[in-house]
Amino acid sequence: MNKISVIIKREYVTRVRKKSFIIMTLLAPVLMAAMIVLPTLLMLNNDKQFKKIAVTGGGSVIYRNAITNTKDVEYVFLENANLNDLKNNYLKAGYYGILNISPELANTPNAIQLFSKKQPPIDLLEHIEGSLEKEIERQKLLGYNIKDLDDILKSIRTKVSVQTIKIDESGKATETSTGIAMAVAYIGGFLMYMLVFMFGAQVMRGVIEEKISRVVEVIVSSVKPVQLMMGKIVGIALVGLTQFLIWIFLTAAIVGIVKIVVFSKSNVTQVTQMIPQSVLSNNQVQASATVPSTNATQVNPQIAQFSKMLDNAMNQDWLLIITSFIFYFITGYLLYASVFAAIGSAVDSETETQQFMLPVTIPIILGLFVAMGTMQNPESSISFWFSMIPLTSPIVMMARIPFGVPYWQIILSMVIMIITFLAFVWMAAKVYRTGILMYGKKSSWKEMWKWLRYNG
Amino acid sequence: MSLFEARNVTKLFGSFKALDNVSVSVPEQCIYGLLGPNGAGKTTLIRIINQITGPDTGELLLNGRKLIPEDVMSIGYLPEERGLYRKMKVGEQALYFAQLKGLSRTEAMRRLKYWFKKLDMVDWWGKKVEELSKGMQQKVQFITTILHEPKLIIFDEPFTGFDPVNANTIKNEILFLRERGATIIFSTHNMGSVEELCNNITLINKGKTILEGSVDEIRRNWAANEYDIVFSGNVKIEGNGQYTVLKQEFDDERSTVRLKTTVSMGTNEILSNLIKSGTVVSFNQALPSMNEIFIRVVESKN
Repeated sequence: MNKISVIIKREYVTRVRKKSFIIMTLLAPVLMAAMIVLPTLLMLNNDKQFKKIAVTGGGSVIYRNAITNTKDVEYVFLENANLNDLKNNYLKAGYYGILNISPELANTPNAIQLFSKKQPPIDLLEHIEGSLEKEIERQKLLGYNIKDLDDILKSIRTKVSVQTIKIDESGKATETSTGIAMAVAYIGGFLMYMLVFMFGAQVMRGVIEEKISRVVEVIVSSVKPVQLMMGKIVGIALVGLTQFLIWIFLTAAIVGIVKIVVFSKSNVTQVTQMIPQSVLSNNQVQASATVPSTNATQVNPQIAQFSKMLDNAMNQDWLLIITSFIFYFITGYLLYASVFAAIGSAVDSETETQQFMLPVTIPIILGLFVAMGTMQNPESSISFWFSMIPLTSPIVMMARIPFGVPYWQIILSMVIMIITFLAFVWMAAKVYRTGILMYGKKSSWKEMWKWLRYNG
Repeated sequence: MSLFEARNVTKLFGSFKALDNVSVSVPEQCIYGLLGPNGAGKTTLIRIINQITGPDTGELLLNGRKLIPEDVMSIGYLPEERGLYRKMKVGEQALYFAQLKGLSRTEAMRRLKYWFKKLDMVDWWGKKVEELSKGMQQKVQFITTILHEPKLIIFDEPFTGFDPVNANTIKNEILFLRERGATIIFSTHNMGSVEELCNNITLINKGKTILEGSVDEIRRNWAANEYDIVFSGNVKIEGNGQYTVLKQEFDDERSTVRLKTTVSMGTNEILSNLIKSGTVVSFNQALPSMNEIFIRVVESKN
């Protein structure tokens, strides 16, 4: 036992000290944080400058009241202006662009143009299109001479938003979000794939290094080959775990700092605090169909949505997700790392590993594909079976869990996993023991099968 | 009493018999040569002694009792296929191997300092292995093999990669280790060093023992009634009914003659014949070299 710890220590220390490790460990969180922070920043800051837009053309009279000013955009109606003059002078006059509406808009829906120097943001276009569509609809309906039309329209205006709520057997309901479940499934499955593959391959490279440098025979005269193998596998697992934890910690720290810096500026922290309340009240008032509380309407809808997502995210069974992730990472990694170690022991150089890599890669890639499909249809029988097959279950099960999986399935999958990884470690150790001392022999699966049956 | 003994060891790889009923008995404080052509099974036997692999049948005894896993602590092994981690620093690496042999870090440090000083390697401590020459790496490996002061040391081709000066240093260290009580198993293809160092040998071919015993005895047994005589001055010897002359040389006021007796006769008898021809300076039984014996034994078995 003491010797294994000496091996683990060496495997760990030499890797953690490497420049490439330090760079990867520090750089990746910056990238990850950028991935999380940038979209949020874009969402908050996308072109929020105040704009003025000149509205002209024959239609500008008809739709004068249809297009309302928003917080960021003011529409200035210049019915009599000449379009060409405007085109020459609008920038000098401080306009962002010119909206030219033809009087025939109701019958030719594309008889409207927006001239601007820059590509206009989507929400600006959506606002114009939406307002005009509504107005044209209203005017057309007016043509039918319906009594109390405005009231009718007001009362029939409804916005539908499906609330997804998970109910377990006891009837306890939790509000969830399919989007969040998908994101968690995706991240869980993909992370599992990456970690298992990356660190499994490191085990293989380590074994090959020892074999090529001929250091291995010296070591196995002091420790049992299986001790060397397990020491290496565990040492590298600890390297992976260290890197993983530093990543999570640094990413969280960077995101946190950016959040404080950015959000405090735009005074959003205050807003987000009120969200849960408003969401709650929103749910309650729905039945009575009254106007939502004024608080909620003032909130930037995107931030509101974001915070609701956060809220729903908290409703995921994180304890289950994290414990299963750790379980499947450890067992999945042990399973694949031992296969990688056996392959590494069987070859004389890294280029020789190609022929062995394909059969190992296929189940991992297959698992990843099924995991992607699982997000569309978590209950399909293919997802079920692949979450039981131990070579794919770490990835597929991680993708299934956020959508809810019966406990008996998780337990069954875990039991199969444990039995399989024990069997794999045992077989890998036998192949490894013979392989590391075998030089210049053409390696093949058949050869490895032969080694498997040699006596100690 | 023998320090190490292997009794009737057989080892199969699939249907290939790597060792077939091999027995070896290594007396205490002796340098024991383990010889044989390539692929004879030497490395397999050495690996079995180191418990890297186990025998299919047979018994292994250290100090008269059965070999147990903990015995790796009292065995030192310098394999033929040996190497070091290229990217690791020399000192760290030596410490690592010492710890794998069960030494504590502080004890390993103390002993390493002694040996690095003794073999003039102190400057290498902080260097990476890839910066060292092959001979330097061999020295590091030699130290890591003996650092835990094993009772039984196995050297497989210990002199490859050394220049004559360093080879001599290592040879002296090996002899010194024996002085201090270590028993050494020495495997090599260099028969010159076998004559120089070994007390006893076993010759293995195709998994079977074909020759064993003390080096002197084997050479005497294989001596074919040949004698080397040196005369002062230019002396010519003619063959007669009792012996034939194999070769004759005159050089530097001395004549060297090799005779082979054809009938059984004592050395005094030969001498009394020879002194009639001139002044005998030396008279020796011409012992075959281990190299000759090796080739003859192996070829006769093939």
